[in-house]
Amino acid sequence: MTIVRQPFFWIIAAIVAAFAAAPTIGNNIELRESLILAAVYISLASNINMILGYAGYVNFGSIVFFGLGGYICVWLMSSHAWPLAAALLAGGFSVSAVALVFGFGILRLRGVYFALSTIGVNGAVMAFVANFGPWGGSTGIYLSPALFQPLGGPAKALWVIYYLMIGVMGLSLYLSYFIKRSKFGVGLLAIGQNEDAAAVLGVPTPRYKAIVYSLSAFLPAIVGGLYFFKSAYIQPPDAFDLNLSTETIVVAMLGGQGTVVGPALGAFLYEELRGWLLTSPTFSHFQLVIAGVLLLAIVLFAPGGLMGLIYRLWPPLRKFLE
Amino acid sequence: MLGLLASIFDGVLIGAVYGLAAMGITLIWGVMDVVNLTHGAMIVAGMFAAYLLSGAAGIPIYATLPIVLVGSFLVGVALYWISVHRVIGQPPLMSLLSTFSVNLVLIGLGTAVWGTDLFNVPASLPGFSVGRYTFPGTHLMAAALTAAIAGLLYLFLYRTRIGKAVRAVAGNREAAELVGIPTAQVLALAFGLGVALASVAGMLIATMFPFTVLSGDAYQLKSFVVTVLGGLGNPTGALVAGVALGLLEGITTPFVPVSWTLVIEFVLFVVVMIVLPGGLMQLLQRRRR
Amino acid sequence: MSTLLQVENLNKRFGGLRAVQALSFSLHEGSILGLIGPNGAGKSTVFNLINGVFAPDEGRIVLGGQDVTGEPPYRVARRGLARTHQIVQPFMNMTVLENCVVGACFGRENLALGRAREAAREAAVLVGLEDRLDTLASQLTIAGKKRLELARALAARPRLLLLDEVLAGLNPTEVERMIGIIRAIRARGVSILMIEHLMQAIMSLSDHIVVLNSGAKLAEGLPAEVANDPAVVEAYLGDPDLAAKLRAA
Repeated sequence: MTIVRQPFFWIIAAIVAAFAAAPTIGNNIELRESLILAAVYISLASNINMILGYAGYVNFGSIVFFGLGGYICVWLMSSHAWPLAAALLAGGFSVSAVALVFGFGILRLRGVYFALSTIGVNGAVMAFVANFGPWGGSTGIYLSPALFQPLGGPAKALWVIYYLMIGVMGLSLYLSYFIKRSKFGVGLLAIGQNEDAAAVLGVPTPRYKAIVYSLSAFLPAIVGGLYFFKSAYIQPPDAFDLNLSTETIVVAMLGGQGTVVGPALGAFLYEELRGWLLTSPTFSHFQLVIAGVLLLAIVLFAPGGLMGLIYRLWPPLRKFLE
Repeated sequence: MLGLLASIFDGVLIGAVYGLAAMGITLIWGVMDVVNLTHGAMIVAGMFAAYLLSGAAGIPIYATLPIVLVGSFLVGVALYWISVHRVIGQPPLMSLLSTFSVNLVLIGLGTAVWGTDLFNVPASLPGFSVGRYTFPGTHLMAAALTAAIAGLLYLFLYRTRIGKAVRAVAGNREAAELVGIPTAQVLALAFGLGVALASVAGMLIATMFPFTVLSGDAYQLKSFVVTVLGGLGNPTGALVAGVALGLLEGITTPFVPVSWTLVIEFVLFVVVMIVLPGGLMQLLQRRRR
Repeated sequence: MSTLLQVENLNKRFGGLRAVQALSFSLHEGSILGLIGPNGAGKSTVFNLINGVFAPDEGRIVLGGQDVTGEPPYRVARRGLARTHQIVQPFMNMTVLENCVVGACFGRENLALGRAREAAREAAVLVGLEDRLDTLASQLTIAGKKRLELARALAARPRLLLLDEVLAGLNPTEVERMIGIIRAIRARGVSILMIEHLMQAIMSLSDHIVVLNSGAKLAEGLPAEVANDPAVVEAYLGDPDLAAKLRAA
C-alpha cells in the first residue's frame, strides 16, 4: 500500500510512540495523567473533524457518543461481568449503529437545523438516561474496584487504560487520515464545500453523511468507555456534558478543521492552556471564557486555525502534512 | 379537569413569553440568515439586569423593562459589530460558531461572578382565583406586556420607514443596498432588536420564576423549538407557536415529571424540523388552500 | 440515431406559477439541442427537472431508455448526466484538479481515485486548464471558473451534458474559445443540451432547437426554421411586423 510510504503515516506513528514512551520511561504518573487527557481531546477532536472539517456539519452534541459509549461499557462490566475489551467494542459498535439510524433522520437537516438538532439529541438522551432505572437513573453507576483485578490491580490497570487510550488516539488519527485520502473523503470534502453541487456531481450525499456520522461515533464511544471505566463512576451530567463537546469543537477549529494533524495540535495546545488556567488562581473560573474568546478569534481572524496559518507561511507543507 | 384547564391557561400565559423570546431568534434569522446562539446568554442578561436594577438601584420591577429594552438593544448592536458583521457572507458554520463563542464568554463571566446560585426578583401582583386555583398576577402581567411589545414590533416593522428598510433587507440584501439602504446598519439594528426581545423576555421570565446563570440554556432551547414550530423568519408564527408550546407544557406537566418535559420538547424539536420544516404555519397554510 | 433523452409532458408548478407546461421533446444521441426562449421562460427549471433538483408534478424523463423521473441528482448523475450551472459553483478551497476529481469519482463510471485523477486531468486539458491544475478555484477568473465548471462536469465522462448559459459573461475571444471546446466535446461523442442567450452561438452550434415561452413549447425545429418562425420572433421582440421592418431595413 503506497500509503505506508507516505511520510505522514510515520508522523502519526511517531506521535503515538512518543505518547507511549514519555511517561513509561521513569514511571512518571503525573505526566501520564496529563497525557491521557490530551489523548482524549485528540481522539474526540479528530473524530469530530471528519463531520465538521470534512463535511461541514457542526455536531454540537457529539458528546452523546462519548456518554453513551461510556454507559454501555460500564453497565456491561458492572451488571453483566463483561471483560473490558468486549465491553468497549460493544459500546463502539452499538453507538455507531444507533448513530447510523439517527443519522439518516437528522442529517436531512441542513446547516443550523442540524447543529441545533444535535443539541436536542444529546439533551434527549441525557434526560432519558437520567430517568432510566437499569442504568442508575440520575445517580449513575459505580464500578467496584474488583473489576480492576483482571488487569492486574488498580495501579497496573491505569497503565493498561493509558496504552489503550493512546491506541485509540492513534486509530482516530489514522482513520481521519485514511478517509481524507480516500474516495469517500473526496465526496465528504465536496459536501463540505457545496453540498448541492456535490449532489449534482453524483456524490450520494445522504448515504455519505450518515456513514461519516456513524463512523465519527465509533471511537469516541470507546474513548467514553475507557474514560468512565477509569473513573469507576458514571453519571448523566458528566457523561453528556455539552461543555466537553464544545471544547472538542474549539480544539478542532484551533488546530485547523479539515486537516488531520490540526485537531491533534489544537488538542495539545488547548490541554496545556487549560492545565495552566486551572492552576492559576485568577483564571480558574474563566476556562470557558478563554475557550470562547479563542473560538471567536479563530472564527473571525483565522478560520483555518493553526494549520491554516502554517500552510500560508509554507505552502509546500500542504502536500505532505495533512 | 378544572386543574387541567388551569394548567393550560397558565401555560398559555407563559407560552406567550416563550413566543416573545422566539421572536428575537426568528427576527435575526429571517433578516440576516444568522442563528443567534448568544440568545440564551442575553435572556440571562435580561434576568440579571432586572435583578440588579430592582435590587441595587431600587427601581420598581416593571419599570426596569424599558431600561432592559434599550440597554440590551445597544448591547445587541455592539454584538453585531463584534461577532457577526465579519462573518455575514461566509458559510453558516462561521456565524454559528462566532455567536456561540460569545455565549460561552458571557455565560463564563456570569458563572464567575454569580456562580450557579438561584436568584429571584421582587415581583408580586395580585392575581385572580377561580376556585382552588390562583393565576399569578405576574403571569398575567407578563403575557399582557408580551402582547404590547409584539404589537409595538408589528407597528415598527409595518408602519415605520426604518421597519420597511428592515423588511427590505430581509427580502433581498443586494437589492436593498442598490436602492440606497445602508444595509450593514440595518442589520445591526435588526440584531439589536432581536437581542432586546431576548433580554426583555428574560426580564419577564425573571418576574415569574427563579433563575440561575445557567437557565439561559433551557430557555434558548425552548426558543428554538418555538422558532422552528412557528416557521423561521415569521414573528407572528413565533408568537403563535410560543403559545402552543406553553399549551403543550400546560397539558403535560400535571401528568409527567418535570424532567421528562425537556425530553418531550427535544424530541418534538427534532421531529418538527425533520417532518415540518416550515413549522406549524406551513401546516396551517396548507389547510387554508 | 437513437434517442438519448426523452422528455414527455413535463409539468411543474410553483405555487400559482406554471413554470413548465406540457413540455415534450427528444434529444438524439451525439447531437446538440439548443433550448432558447425569453427570460423567465422556464429553461433553467427544465434543467432542474431533468437532473433531479425538482420532481415534476406530471410527466416523464427517460435517459438512455431508463425512467429517471424524480430521482435525486446524485442518482441521475450516476446514469451518465452532467450539468453546469448558470452561476458557477466551484469548490472554492479545492484546486482545479481536485474539483475535477470530484466529478470523475462520482460519475457514471464510478472510478477509483487513481483512474479518477487521470480522467480529471484529461477533462482539464480539454478545456485548456492544464497549466493551472494546482491553482485554487477561488483564484481563477470568471472565465476560468466557467471552464472549471465545464471540466468538472466532463470529468465524469457523461453521456449527456447539460450546459446552462455557459457563454454568459464571457468576452468575444472567450466565447470563441468556448464554442471550440463545445465542438470538441461533441466530437468525443457526448450529447449536449444547452441553454443559451447568445443567438449566433447557439444557432451555429445546435443541430435542433426547442423554443420555450412561459413554460410551454413555442416552436421546435432546425435553427434556420425556428429563426424565421414569426411566433418566435414575436416572443422575443414583441411585434412580428417590427421584426419584418427591421429585417427590411
